[in-house]
Amino acid sequence: MRAAVVVFPGTNRERDIAIALERATGRRPRMVWHGETALDGIDLVVLPGGFSHGDYLRCGAMAARAPIMPAIRDFAARGGHVLGVCNGFQILVEAGLLPGALLRNAGLRFLSRDCHMRVERADTAFTRHYQRGQTFRAPMAHGDGNYFADPATLDRLEGEGLVALRYATSAGEITDAANPNGSARSIAGVLSPNLRVLGLMPHPEDLVDPLMGGTDGLPLFAGMAEALAA
Amino acid sequence: MSNKPVGPALAREFGLSADEYERVLAIQGRTPTLTELGIFSVMWSEHCSYKSSRVWLKQLPTTAPWVILGPGENAGVVAIGDGLAAIFKMESHNHPSFIEPYQGAATGVGGILRDVFTMGARPVANLNALRFGSPDDPRTRRIVDGVVRGIGGYGNCVGVPTVGGEVNFHPAYNGNPLVNAMTVGIAPADRIFLSAAAGIGNPVVYVGSKTGRDGIHGATMASAEFGADAQEKRPTVQVGDPFTEKLLIEACLELMATDAIVAIQDMGAAGLTSSSVEMAGKGDVGIELDLDQVPQRETGMSAYEMMLSESQERMLMVLRPDRQDVARAIFKKWELDFAVIGRLTDTGRITIRHRGAEEASIPLDPLAEQAPLYYRPTVETPPQSPLGDVPDPVGIAPALLTLIGCPDLCSRAWVWDQYDSTIGGQTVQRPGGADAAVVRVDRVGEGQALDGHARALALTTDCTPRYCAADPEAGGAQAVAEAWRNLTAVGARPLAITDNMNFGNPEKPEIMGQFAASIRGMAAACRALDFPVVSGNVSLYNETEGRPILPTPAIGGLGVLDDAAASVGLALRPSDSLVLVGETAGWLGQSLWLREVAGREDGPPPPVDLEAERRNGDFVRGQILAGAVRACHDVSDGGLLVAVAEMALGGGVGAELAAAPDGLPAHAWWFGEDQARYVLAVADPGAMLAAATAAGVPARKLGRAGGDGLKLAGGATILIEELRAAHERFFPAWMES
Repeated sequence: MRAAVVVFPGTNRERDIAIALERATGRRPRMVWHGETALDGIDLVVLPGGFSHGDYLRCGAMAARAPIMPAIRDFAARGGHVLGVCNGFQILVEAGLLPGALLRNAGLRFLSRDCHMRVERADTAFTRHYQRGQTFRAPMAHGDGNYFADPATLDRLEGEGLVALRYATSAGEITDAANPNGSARSIAGVLSPNLRVLGLMPHPEDLVDPLMGGTDGLPLFAGMAEALAA
Repeated sequence: MSNKPVGPALAREFGLSADEYERVLAIQGRTPTLTELGIFSVMWSEHCSYKSSRVWLKQLPTTAPWVILGPGENAGVVAIGDGLAAIFKMESHNHPSFIEPYQGAATGVGGILRDVFTMGARPVANLNALRFGSPDDPRTRRIVDGVVRGIGGYGNCVGVPTVGGEVNFHPAYNGNPLVNAMTVGIAPADRIFLSAAAGIGNPVVYVGSKTGRDGIHGATMASAEFGADAQEKRPTVQVGDPFTEKLLIEACLELMATDAIVAIQDMGAAGLTSSSVEMAGKGDVGIELDLDQVPQRETGMSAYEMMLSESQERMLMVLRPDRQDVARAIFKKWELDFAVIGRLTDTGRITIRHRGAEEASIPLDPLAEQAPLYYRPTVETPPQSPLGDVPDPVGIAPALLTLIGCPDLCSRAWVWDQYDSTIGGQTVQRPGGADAAVVRVDRVGEGQALDGHARALALTTDCTPRYCAADPEAGGAQAVAEAWRNLTAVGARPLAITDNMNFGNPEKPEIMGQFAASIRGMAAACRALDFPVVSGNVSLYNETEGRPILPTPAIGGLGVLDDAAASVGLALRPSDSLVLVGETAGWLGQSLWLREVAGREDGPPPPVDLEAERRNGDFVRGQILAGAVRACHDVSDGGLLVAVAEMALGGGVGAELAAAPDGLPAHAWWFGEDQARYVLAVADPGAMLAAATAAGVPARKLGRAGGDGLKLAGGATILIEELRAAHERFFPAWMES
């Protein structure tokens, strides 16, 4: 799998993603500066976490208008796989590649803690190494991760099976307490209609090494590596 | 600023004494210009000149075979193996954090980050030692909220994990909170960047944010007590921009990979003044600045304002003239200002030009050499009377629930949850999971194999101010010993410390006496534990309306593990056995039990036996590295039963505990704060006791893990559930109500 990791000014989890990708594929991803305009010979584009442009406007709003974005849009339109994590998810939403918006966390505070996510469908390139209904742990670290969309959009997402991940207890129950940022219908990750664009708030890339407390995030990267093997 | 003409009255307003102003006149041979007076006043402020503390700081040991650079540069540097160096320092931002908690704390983090990456290191961890006033003081909640948000807001955005620190409360910090921020970075040991300017004619280059009118005279403000008008000082607080800092880190590290930089220094306290004066002074050259070239974000700024501004996220560099274009291109890519604002000269002076006029010309040698140095009078803190017998008013179980829920011991999750502690993907031991944070030394970007063995840094901050107030010498030694112990408890080899000396008004002999005695205690502990001071910061005048804070020599400790996988946390697991290492006399003087349960704050603090510290700690570390220890926790605030309860909470498992030894009251056994002790969770307690005996280390079996509560011999069981509820109640209830 040939992966590209897009770096915007203020991106700060690109190294974490690169380590997870290398661990899964044995290959270092290509780092792509936001000012570039082409993406050639790539199987996966990752938009990592951070505070692009300081998030001084709406989170992700400025990055969504970066010079690299048309190339990412074309890549997605051609059926390319795109993963957006945290600020990357916010950028995908701002770019219109995924529906909805990420609002301030319900408690109005930054949240850095582990959460559990339940896998709602396992037949995607991203989730194929998990079982449907399985939960896995990942650190969350964001101030604006409260997923929001109007009820009709939420109904459509659910009807079309585009909710990839939901916040849950470790046993897989959907509860308010297990949904710390207050996301609508506990949605942690959403897919594009062709199932090839995934955005999620938590950071599976920071839990891929037993030394850091677990490898719950590794199947996400291993699954992509297998599905997108070049 | 007033419109007074330059003279003795204005000098006094700028914080210079009459005698200091006389020296300025003698050096200049005339009345100084306004800009010159500003430069003298900030360079000679307590904050920049250490004029009251320098004579005492010299007593601290600063060398060891692994020390690459001790105090004197922007941060200290120690070798950690594999050709790598750890660069670290702790610095206070106390006064600004009271005036404007969010920005005060945020810019504290930004400033200490710059001290570390200016030397060539990528910052890999932040810690912070925080002391707040009483939770009952109506101002405290707002200050806690702002400080925690500020630290998170800055650290999270720059992408450096905040992995540890401390939070304490005491009424002595009402109106004068302490915000001590520490940053640790990693660099190749042979690629350390220094601040001494060199090469007559070389360009002086300004990079980073533009200069505004913020923070003018911040260093002077930080060198005075607060009166009732503290809130009026808000304009002296700087405003932080972590996004620009992130760009500055990346741009500087990119430039540092080339050979363009001759010298580099961040613009911290006293901004352009201190950076240019220090760089030229250390390099023994002159410097000429043309302020028309300084990037400005406001119009009509005077030379005085530009030289005194403490706008954040700025650096000053001396470059090789033939590499200017390389440097300019890197800063252009990162969308940061880059301006040649002057050059090095052979005049031995700092010369400032603005709008065609010479605004300042000061000889650098006298500015440094004739800086005031005070041998201020000291008075020793009188010894506390012995405590005598203190009966147990409530019993063991209620006392434990009180202690585990009190503001100084309750769960800090509410605080940590606002700091990104996992970014970087190298955090082996997270906040609350171990006595020290453990961060793997990641060299993946530099070609290290992913699955190769990797080193790790262990990091902690420590101080017990109530001990320091009762006996500053013992308290100073205890702070150093506890840092050493916390590093040891995760299996690390302690290497060095950074110190952040927070005290009251040094012009009061009793405060200066606290300072001198603390240094004495610290120096003795540093020597006994081979744990030198490599960097530090002094914050004096921490008083509001004449009331001083508790003496607080905060210690930031750094240690190394040759194998990151060898570290242990503190969580107890079912079937572990508990072994106590160290001697217990049942010392209740200045204990938290005495304060929280008996309602008293007296007696001498626990004595520090440095030989026992060394012997017990070396034994524990050896056992951890031999793989014989499954979890370890040092015994500190709250004593033995609190330590065991924290281990039980960490693992969600109870324990059956043996009775107190004969002749010791149960409350003294369980809640005394005797030093040099550790609780180990082990699989084979017999082997551990035998090893301790062989090493001449006192050890004793405490009990065995299991069940859903702490079962006291012949007494009550305290359920984990009950403990957890008490432990987790305070912060959310207090802050979110």
